[in-house]
Amino acid sequence: MIINHPLLGPRDASEFTYLGDASLMQRPNPKSETAIDDFYRYLYLRENTPGEHRELWYHEQGDRSWLVVTRNISTHEITKVELARDVARSGT
Amino acid sequence: MRYSALKIFKEAVTGHKGWKPVWRKPAPKPSYDFIIIGGGGHGLATAHYLASKFDGKNIAVLEKGWIGGGNVGRNTTIIRSNYLHHENEGFYEFSLKLWEGLEQDLNYNAMVSQRGIINLYHSDPQRDAYARRGNAMIMNGADAVLLDQDGVRKQYPFLNFDNARFPIKGGLWQPRGGTVRHDAVAWGYARAADSKGVDIIENCEVTGFDIQNGRCVGVKTTRGKILAKKVGVAVAGNSSRVMAMADMHLPLESHVLQAFVSEGFKPFLPGVITYGAGHFYVSQSDKGGLVFGGDIDGYNSYAQRGNLPVVEDVCEGGMSLMPAIGKARLLRMWGGIMDMSMDGSPMIDKTHIDGLYFNGGWCYGGFKATPASGYAFAHLLATDTPHETARAYRMDRFSRGLMIDEKGQGAQPNLH
Amino acid sequence: MSLVDYNTPLGFTWNGKAYQGFEGDTLASALLRNGIKIVGRSFKYHRPRGIMTAGSEEPNALVTLIGGGSQEPNRRATTIKLFDGLEAKSQNHMGSVNFDLLAVNDLLSPFLAAGFYYKTFMWPRAFWEKLYEPAIRRAAGLGALSATPDPDQYDKGFLHCDVLIIGAGPSGLLTALNAGRAGKSIILADEDFRMGGRLLSEREEINGSNALDWVSSAIAELKTLPNVRLMPRTTIFGVYDHGIYGGLETMTDQIGAKGAKQVLWRIYAKKSVLAAGATERPIAFANNDRPGIMLASAVRSYANRFGIEMPNSALLTNHDDALGTPVDHVIDIRKGEHIVDTQGRGGIKQVTLNTGRKLSVQHLAVSGGWNPNVHLTCHKRGRPKWDETLACFVPDAQNLPAEMHVIGAANGSFSTHGAFIDANTVSELLGVKSGALPAAEDAPVNITPFWYVKGNKRGWVDFQNDVTTKDITLAHQEGFSSVEHVKRYTTLGMATDQGKTSNVIGLAVLADATGQTIPETGTTIFRPPYTPVPIGAFAGAHRGQHFKPTRLTPSHDFAAEQGATFVETGYWKRAQWLARTGEQGWRDSVDREVLMTRNSVGICDVSTLGKIDIQGRDAGAFLNKVYVNSFKLLKVGKCRYGLMLREDGIAMDDGTTARLSETHFIMTTTTAKAGPVFRHLEFCRQLLFPDMDVHLISTTDQWAQYSVAGPNARKLLQKIVDPEFDISNEAFPYMACGQMTVCGGTRARLFRLSFSGELAYEISVPARYGDALIREMIAQGKEFDAIMYGTEALGVMRIEKGHAAGNELNGTTTATNLGLGGFVSQKKDCIGKVLSGREGLTGEDQLNLVGFVPDKKGETLTNGAHFINQGDDSTPENDQGYMSSVAWSPMLETYIGLGFLTNGKKRMGETLVAKDFVRNNHVEVKVVSPHFFDPDGERLRV
Repeated sequence: MIINHPLLGPRDASEFTYLGDASLMQRPNPKSETAIDDFYRYLYLRENTPGEHRELWYHEQGDRSWLVVTRNISTHEITKVELARDVARSGT
Repeated sequence: MRYSALKIFKEAVTGHKGWKPVWRKPAPKPSYDFIIIGGGGHGLATAHYLASKFDGKNIAVLEKGWIGGGNVGRNTTIIRSNYLHHENEGFYEFSLKLWEGLEQDLNYNAMVSQRGIINLYHSDPQRDAYARRGNAMIMNGADAVLLDQDGVRKQYPFLNFDNARFPIKGGLWQPRGGTVRHDAVAWGYARAADSKGVDIIENCEVTGFDIQNGRCVGVKTTRGKILAKKVGVAVAGNSSRVMAMADMHLPLESHVLQAFVSEGFKPFLPGVITYGAGHFYVSQSDKGGLVFGGDIDGYNSYAQRGNLPVVEDVCEGGMSLMPAIGKARLLRMWGGIMDMSMDGSPMIDKTHIDGLYFNGGWCYGGFKATPASGYAFAHLLATDTPHETARAYRMDRFSRGLMIDEKGQGAQPNLH
Repeated sequence: MSLVDYNTPLGFTWNGKAYQGFEGDTLASALLRNGIKIVGRSFKYHRPRGIMTAGSEEPNALVTLIGGGSQEPNRRATTIKLFDGLEAKSQNHMGSVNFDLLAVNDLLSPFLAAGFYYKTFMWPRAFWEKLYEPAIRRAAGLGALSATPDPDQYDKGFLHCDVLIIGAGPSGLLTALNAGRAGKSIILADEDFRMGGRLLSEREEINGSNALDWVSSAIAELKTLPNVRLMPRTTIFGVYDHGIYGGLETMTDQIGAKGAKQVLWRIYAKKSVLAAGATERPIAFANNDRPGIMLASAVRSYANRFGIEMPNSALLTNHDDALGTPVDHVIDIRKGEHIVDTQGRGGIKQVTLNTGRKLSVQHLAVSGGWNPNVHLTCHKRGRPKWDETLACFVPDAQNLPAEMHVIGAANGSFSTHGAFIDANTVSELLGVKSGALPAAEDAPVNITPFWYVKGNKRGWVDFQNDVTTKDITLAHQEGFSSVEHVKRYTTLGMATDQGKTSNVIGLAVLADATGQTIPETGTTIFRPPYTPVPIGAFAGAHRGQHFKPTRLTPSHDFAAEQGATFVETGYWKRAQWLARTGEQGWRDSVDREVLMTRNSVGICDVSTLGKIDIQGRDAGAFLNKVYVNSFKLLKVGKCRYGLMLREDGIAMDDGTTARLSETHFIMTTTTAKAGPVFRHLEFCRQLLFPDMDVHLISTTDQWAQYSVAGPNARKLLQKIVDPEFDISNEAFPYMACGQMTVCGGTRARLFRLSFSGELAYEISVPARYGDALIREMIAQGKEFDAIMYGTEALGVMRIEKGHAAGNELNGTTTATNLGLGGFVSQKKDCIGKVLSGREGLTGEDQLNLVGFVPDKKGETLTNGAHFINQGDDSTPENDQGYMSSVAWSPMLETYIGLGFLTNGKKRMGETLVAKDFVRNNHVEVKVVSPHFFDPDGERLRV
C-alpha cells in the first residue's frame, strides 16, 4: 500500500505502524461518574464494518507524524490522509 | 452411509455409482429450534455436537456461500494446545483431545497427524517463558517437553544452528501437536451433522435478526425469514459485520492473515516448527507442500488478500531458520479474515439479547479450536451455561478487567 | 529458419547421460531434439509423461536441476534456458523414469478415486500415523529438496515507472513503442528469455515481411530509448495494492553461479498494461496424457522457433487457429470427428476416433481453444466474464485493478491485427500518440466449444495432479458442486501449474454435471504468484547474520577485547559477562562481577536504554499524564523513578526521568520498550493532548551511557568528572542529576541512580566518546580494581534488590501486582488510571510480586515454575502463581527468586512448592520480601 503523507507525499505503508480505529483519539473524561464504562467503550469497542474506515497510522520510519487515514477496508482504497494533530485540534 | 474399507472396495469394482452426497442440499424450513449462522468449521462443529452430544433437534446451519469457505479452508492446518494461561490451555487441550478422536467420531478421515510441534527459543527469557507455559500445559493434562539445542538438532538437523543472527537455543516441544487436512474438517463435520438431520443450507446469507422485545426470534435471509428459538453466530472475521445487524459493537477488529504453500517435495519436514526470532511457522503437508505463515498484515481488512511486505518478512524468517528451503518455490498465497480480539483470546457467550449467542474473537487460533469451540458453543446453546473449559470466554471480561492476554499486548489486536 | 544458433552447441546431461543442444534452446526443446519422450511421472498414478507445452504452463515436464553441490526440484523444462554443462534429472519415480515401480498406482486407480483417502485409513486408529500416512508422504511430493543451505544469492530492489507493460508479444511491444517514443518511463517485462511472444513461434507476416523482422526492429528501437527498461526473463507474478507489482527476474538457471541468481522487484507503476497473451487448452479424451501428445501451439513452437521436426503427426482441433500446425493428419471436431482413445506404452502410437477410424501417429497436437491469461486481473479479487463467441473467460473491465488495462490475446483479441489495434487504443488511454498500425493477420476465431469426451475411461483434465473427468463427476455426485469444493476435493488446479491448462475444462465438465452453463457454474480466482517464486528470492539477502540489523553498544569493541560473551537483546548485542582466564563457566564470571562491583566498583554499558528528550512549557504536565506518579513538581536537578501504564491499566514500562531545567526533561525507558514508549508518547502528544507545548526527540543513539556502581563509584567518577563540578554526597545526593564536563571538557550528563542497590551513577556522553570513556574509566579505576560487568551480573544485582524488570513487566501485570500501587498518584489523572479500577484488577486475590528462597539452602530455583500449596494437587485451580526471575546470589550464597503469588503480600513466611515439570525440578520455597539485599537502601545513599 501507499499512503500519501500530507507533508511528505506518497510513502510506502511499510514505513508506518498501524494502530486502529481513529476514535482512539477521543479519550473520555476521566472525571465522569461513568468513567470506567466510558473508557471500556473507548478502548475496547472498535468500528470494524466493511467499507470506509478512519484509522490511525504512525510514520515510525519517517517524520513520526500520526496520521488519520480514511481507507476502505474491503478494497484498501485510500481516499483521505490527514495529520492527526490537526484533526485532534479541530475536534472532529 | 458409513465409510468402510469394504464399502470402498465395493464401489471401486462397481464404478463408484453408489456414493451419495456427503451432505444434503435442503431448502430452509420456516422455523428451527437452533440456527447456527456460519457454515465454517466452528458452525458445523457446533451443529454436529449439538445434535450428537446434547440431543439437539431441528437444527440449521446457514452459510452465505459454500461451506468451509472461510478460515477452515484457508489456514496452515496446525493443531496444538500450548498456551500459557489456564483459561486457554484447558480449552485448547480439550480441543486437542477431541481432535484425537475425531475420525472415529465422524467416520471421516481428516488426517489428524500428530507429528509434533516445536516452538523455538533464542534467549534465556524466552526459554523461561516457555518453561512457565510448558508447566501450565502439563498442569492441564497436556504434554510438553523443554528441549535444549541438541534436542532440537536431533529432530531438525538442517535448521540454521551455526550462522544465525538469533541462534537457536532450544524449543518447547508438544509431541501431540500436529496438522489436520483442513477442508476435510468442514466436510467431516457437515457429513456427521447432516446424518443427524441437521439442515446445512448454503447460499443463504443472513441479512438481519428478528429481535422482538429484547429477544431474538429468528433471522432474515436471502432465502426468506426463518424463525428460531435460539440463534448462534459463528462467523469469525465477519463477526463485527453480522453483530452490527443486532446493533452490537464488539471488541474485535478484522485483519488479514496471509498463508502460503510451496510446490510439493519429497518428505523433508517431519513436524511443525515455529520460529522464535521471526514471524514464521511451517509444516509439510501429505502432498509434500510446505505450508507456512507468519504475522497478520497488521491493518483492518476484509479483502482476503495481503501485501508484499509480509510475504517478504515471512520468507526472510523462513530462510534464516532453514536456509535449505531457498529453492522451494512459493506456489500460492492467500488471505483469511481474522477476528482479532482485544486480548487475543476468544468469546463464547450469550449476548444481552435473549436467544442470541456469540462465538468469535478467534484471532488466528481458530482452526485448532474447531472441535472444542463447537462443543462448548453447543453446550452453551443447549444448556444456557458455559462449558467448563470455556467459562472465561465471556464478552464482559473487558469491562470487568479479566483479560486473557497470552502475549501481554493489551487492547492492540494487531499485536496478538 | 529457427531461432536457435546451430553454431553454438551446448553440452548437457539428462539422467546422467550426455547430450547436445544449442544456444537458444530450452531444456525442453533440447530433450525433444534428442528424441527423449518420457521426462517425468505424474503425481498420483505415476503415469509416464512427456513435454506438453512450450511455456510456463507446463504440467508434465518437471525436472530437477543439479549443480553447486545442491539441487533444484520441480523446474519446468520448458522455462530453463539451456546452458553448457547443465545437469538435470527426472523425478517422482521409484526405479528409472521409464520403469517406475509406483506405476502400480495406475492399476489401482479404481481404488484411488477423488477423495478416497477421506473415507479410509481410519482403522485401527494408530495406523494412520504409523503406516498409511508415511507411505502416502513418500509416494507424494515431486522432486526432493537439498537438506543443505541454498548456495545461491538473491537480490531485491525497487523500480518505479509510468507504465509497466507485462508481456512483450505484438501488443506489448507496440504499446512500448508508442509510450516509449512519447517519453513515458516504461518497464517492459516478459517471462521468456527472448521477447516477441507468440510471434516467435508462428509463421506470420507484419507489414508484408517476416514478423520476426518487426520484432527485432521494435526491440532494437526500444533499446535506444533511455526511458525504457527491457526486462526479459522477468515474470510479473503478483498485483498488490495501489499499483505495486511483484516481479521476479532470473539472471541464470545455473545453481551456484556467481552473483544473484534471481532478483525480486517491487515495481511501483502509475499504470499497467497487461499484454500477457493466452494459454492453449487441451481436450480431455481417454488416455490424452501419453508422451507425444502436445498442445498444438507447442508443436508450432518446437517446429518454428526451435526447428524440431515432428514426423508422423496428427492434429485434433475445434477452431481455425490450430490449423496452421504442421501435421500429417487433421482431425477437425467441427467436422464430426474426435478422438475417443489412444494407445501406446511410453508414447503415443495410435489414436482411435469416434468413427472407429484408427490412425497410427507418433505425435498428436491438440487444441481445444485458448484461455486469455487473465490471472493478474484477479489478484485483487476481480473476476473475469465469460465470452460466448470466443468460448473463454475474458477480463471484466468493471473490476480490474484501477491502474490496469488489458490488451491483446489476454483481452480476447486473438489475431495479431487485433493485438495491434488494442495496443493503439490503450496508447490513447495512456495519453500518448500511436504510430501507424502495422499490417498483420486478422483471422477470426471460429471455434466450436469442445471440452471432453464422455465415457467410462479416464480423460485427464489436470495432468500434474492426475485429476480426470471421472473425478470431477464423482465429486459432483458426492455433493461437491461448488467450484471451490470440486477444486479442494479433487485437487483440480492445485498443482504447481495452478491449473493454467485445466481449470476451464474442469469447469466445463462440472457445468455438464450440474446442468448449468459455464458462467453459471462459476469461475475460479487466481491468486498470486502467477508462476511459483522461490522462497529464497522473497528473502533476498536477509538471511543468516543479515536476517535483521545488528546494533552495537559504544563499548562493544572494548567488551570484546575483555573477553565478553554477547547476548541478543532485540537488535542489540550486549555484553552478557566478561570471562577471565581460569573461570570455569559463566557462573564464575558473573559471581565475580557481582562481588567486585558490590565490593568496589563496576561499570555496565546501559546505552541501550531508551532516552527521550522532552522539552516545552508543558513538559511537566505532559509527564504527569503519562506516568502514574507526579513529575510536575520534580525539582530541577533531580531524577525520579516513573511507572507508565497502558490505557488498560497494565504496566507498560518503567524508568527514570531527570529534570535538567524547568522546561527540559530526560526520560529513560527499558531497552525493549524504547520504540513503543516513544510511539506512545507521540500518540499522547499529537492526539490526546495536542495543545500542550511539548516536544519529543529520541536520543537513544546519540548518548553513550554507563552505570558506575559500587562503594568506590564516587571516587572513580571524581577522577573522571572535571574538578569544577562537585559530586560529593552533599552536593550531589541520591537522585541528583546535572550537566557537566568530563575528561577535560567533554560534555556529559550525570545521574545519581541505582539499579544495583549500590552507591551508583549513570554517566552519559555523546555516543562518539563512549568507547573512550569506558577505556578511561577502567584505566582510572585500576586502583579500585574497577571492572566492566555484563547483563547477567546486572540481572543478579537487580534481583537481589527486588527491582522488577522485563520478566515482571510482562504485559499482564498492574502497579498493584508489581508492588507499586503506592506510586499511583491519587491527585491526578494519568493514562491507564481509570481502567486500573476495574473489578478484575482491584479485587481480592491479586497477584503480588514477592521473593522466594529455597527452604533447603543449596537447592536450585528455576524460572517458570508454578507455585502450589504444599499437599495440593498440581491442578490449574490450585495454581498460586509463577516464578518470574531467579538468580544465584553470590552475596547471600543462595538461590533467590522473584515471582507473582496470589495474595503474596500477606503470605510472608509461608512455604510452598515451586513446581517446574518441564525441568523436573520441584523445590519447597519460602515466601520472603523481594528486597533480599540491603532492604533499607543504606548503601545507595552513602
